[in-house]
Amino acid sequence: METKEFKVSAIENGTVIDHIPAKNVFQVIKILNLENYDNQILFGTNLESKKYVTKGIIKVSNKFFKTDEINKIALVAPRATLIIIKDYKVVEKSSVQIPDEVIKIVKCFNPNCITNHEKVETKFTVTSKEELKLRCHYCEKITDKKNMTFV
Amino acid sequence: MKNKSLVSINDYSKEEQLAILELAANFEKNPTQKILEDYVIATLFFEPSTRTRLSFESAVSRLGGKIIGFSDASSTSVKKGESLKDTIKTVCNYSDLIVMRHPREGSARFASEVASVPIINAGDGANQHPTQTLLDMYTIKQTQGRLDNLNIAFVGDLKYGRTVHSLVMALCNFNCTFHLVSPFELKLPSSVKIHIKEKNLEYYQYTTMDEILPKVDILYMTRIQKERFSDPIEYEKIKNSYILSNDMLNNTKDNLKILHPLPRVNEIDEDVDDNSKAYYFQQALNGVYVRQALITKILGIK
Repeated sequence: METKEFKVSAIENGTVIDHIPAKNVFQVIKILNLENYDNQILFGTNLESKKYVTKGIIKVSNKFFKTDEINKIALVAPRATLIIIKDYKVVEKSSVQIPDEVIKIVKCFNPNCITNHEKVETKFTVTSKEELKLRCHYCEKITDKKNMTFV
Repeated sequence: MKNKSLVSINDYSKEEQLAILELAANFEKNPTQKILEDYVIATLFFEPSTRTRLSFESAVSRLGGKIIGFSDASSTSVKKGESLKDTIKTVCNYSDLIVMRHPREGSARFASEVASVPIINAGDGANQHPTQTLLDMYTIKQTQGRLDNLNIAFVGDLKYGRTVHSLVMALCNFNCTFHLVSPFELKLPSSVKIHIKEKNLEYYQYTTMDEILPKVDILYMTRIQKERFSDPIEYEKIKNSYILSNDMLNNTKDNLKILHPLPRVNEIDEDVDDNSKAYYFQQALNGVYVRQALITKILGIK
């Protein structure tokens, strides 16, 4: 029988987030608030990938994300694959989708926006999913992919 | 519309905007009525303003309402480091409605989310100035008899002029044709043009105004500020192309009216002031009636 060697050990139950851009693994951990998660989390980055040369992967035990929750990571890992594991077996695979609204994650690009001066959670409407353009709920300016930084 | 804040012109539907203009016409006929005697209106001007603040205060005073507030944030707790949220929450305890101007974009939206009373945005940085838009719409309707199917030219700084942005957005509901005249560096931003494109309306861009003057019903002039140019030589080169003088009005349409949000510096020669097509001072007067209409609608007063 062929054995498959894992660089990051398998989990019994939970979610695997695969194909994260290598440099964004920590960002994903932060966005999903995994820093405060009590169960086992395994992750690896700068791993070899057939599809994308290098990649990152996160395996979260006993956690099954809600759609809204997981779609937040689409901004930093648009090609991520979600794999649901039960009893060490893959039961479902899906990809992330860019959400219609982005709350708390992204900083508004406009230095004069109120969100950069008061304690206000940022909130954006996604006006283009292809080019990734976010319209600030407060100052109404567009933050696009090349100007995007994260809170 | 009762208790509904006005932060961005699109917060109100076309029907709601028209209802305000209709009521404003009543106030124009009868601007002094004691219908706000039981109300306190706060005017919080974190940034200086002449016309907007005074026309709001005049609007409220003529209706018998009381005004509290400030015209300069340096004499308030803001200077001690108080957050905008705390200032707004405090003032909500003392007033029925807040009119605010603030230098930061998005400040009015934020205030409307923390306030227990309605907010009227009287300008948030370079973002929105919806009451100016309503008074511009009122003036256009007053002078042309309609808002639909007009040829409207916007001249000057179309990039940073918030009054231009809001008015273009509002007029997109009325099938107007837009003639946009500006230096290349100060073109209308794509975030505003997108509204014109969404409605499939016609718009044309120019760098000089000569050829559009005979075509248009409304000429909306704005000021070009020298500090907007990265290269001062560029400013010197173009500055005279955006000055309107009386002799340029010879071949224009009879119904043409010239509007300007004011203050004017030199973009309209003073010799234009006596031409019957000049309408900017009447435009400023209309601000009182439109604000009276808006305030009474928001407070739910008949």
